[in-house]
Amino acid sequence: MDVDRGRVVKGTRFKDLRDAGDPVELAALYDREGADEIVFYDITASHERRGTAVELARRAAEEVFVPYTVGGGVRSVEDMRAMLRAGADKVSINTAAVKNPDLISEGAERFGSQCVVLSVDVKRRGGGAGWEVYLNGGRVNTGLDALQWLAEGERRGAGEIVLNSMDADGTETGYDLDLISAVAERTVLPIVASGGAGHPDHMVAAVRAGAGAVLAASIFHFEQYTIAEVKRRMAEAGVPVRWA
Amino acid sequence: MRVAVVDYDAGNTLSVTRALARAGAGVELTSEPERVLAADALVLPGVGAFGDCVGKLRERGLDEACREAYRSGKPFLGVCVGLQVLFESSEESPGTAGLGLLPGRVVRFRGEGLRVPHMGWNTLRVRGEHPVLEGLDGEAFYFVHSYHPEPAEPGDLLASALYGGEFCAAAGRENLFAVQFHPEKSSRAGLRLYENFLGWARGLS
Repeated sequence: MDVDRGRVVKGTRFKDLRDAGDPVELAALYDREGADEIVFYDITASHERRGTAVELARRAAEEVFVPYTVGGGVRSVEDMRAMLRAGADKVSINTAAVKNPDLISEGAERFGSQCVVLSVDVKRRGGGAGWEVYLNGGRVNTGLDALQWLAEGERRGAGEIVLNSMDADGTETGYDLDLISAVAERTVLPIVASGGAGHPDHMVAAVRAGAGAVLAASIFHFEQYTIAEVKRRMAEAGVPVRWA
Repeated sequence: MRVAVVDYDAGNTLSVTRALARAGAGVELTSEPERVLAADALVLPGVGAFGDCVGKLRERGLDEACREAYRSGKPFLGVCVGLQVLFESSEESPGTAGLGLLPGRVVRFRGEGLRVPHMGWNTLRVRGEHPVLEGLDGEAFYFVHSYHPEPAEPGDLLASALYGGEFCAAAGRENLFAVQFHPEKSSRAGLRLYENFLGWARGLS
């Protein structure tokens, strides 16, 4: 879930944000409904240069009993440590990792690869050849090739990739399957597909394209599907799921 | 029921204390051996390397407190590396002796193409009836680890899970019970395990 000044928000292609509630209450509800993991992003942390989302991590520890990742504004190994001490299981880094790739290696060495999540916001390049990495919540195009960047992240010790397609984000028309397969061919890291989920079949397609897990926001926040409905459809399609 | 959560600067004590509190315990997070021994029960969590964890326990005199708590019959729950350090040794830290409360050693996952660390939800298979495992056979639990124990006494293996083969996911004897997974991150099934532990602990003390 994307968190802006303490509230969950959801937009389309990173714009037109709508309020969707309190992040910890919502996360606790998703835990009870069978979510396997929760991801919180403090989406305004980077560009407003606020501190990390440590307080959110600490509040979540009271109510959330599944693993959770927290990201947003993490700029140093000390920020990562604070987040983990506050109860987060994994720390997601995005902008800071591009600016300082050593952060990936240092975090992995200090805390273990399992808690270093490399998150990327990517957009298809004009002309259609490949994808480029964007920073600061989609505001800045780095020109960096997404596949090369993720391969470097893997070499440096990231334990997991959250792959967010800006083209698909909030459209509910399905994940970017080309992107998922392209990344799955280049790395052995687990890929969490993000951006575009509108129907349980989209989740099945993402797993078949090579995603190890699927992330969805709008369809749950705005109650189009429950987590149980999504899992049932995935199980029917032969994808192993955990029943809560 | 007052439960001491052993705090030795190794890992996610916050989540463990929250889950125990949710399950109904009065929780005290402490790094003082006397406080551990004064509690009705103790929980030894742990994240990180085996040698590092054993070293930190020793520095604070908590290794002796854990041994004494076990000998005195206090209900004792180990979690993740808090299970591993109960064994005699680990491949992760050759030359470092564990607490040795359970015979056996801790070994690294091996297998062609097997991703290590093992991270994710796996189904628990109960191998030995135990009050703490009541109602949990077939439930999924959340694991994050590169090593797992190999109990030398088959009777100490209480539950297993599958990852590149069957491995020990819960072990114990007498007043000692320990799990390789993270009940505090395993949603309802995990909270049930903590409730079971508290129920068992009440019966023991």
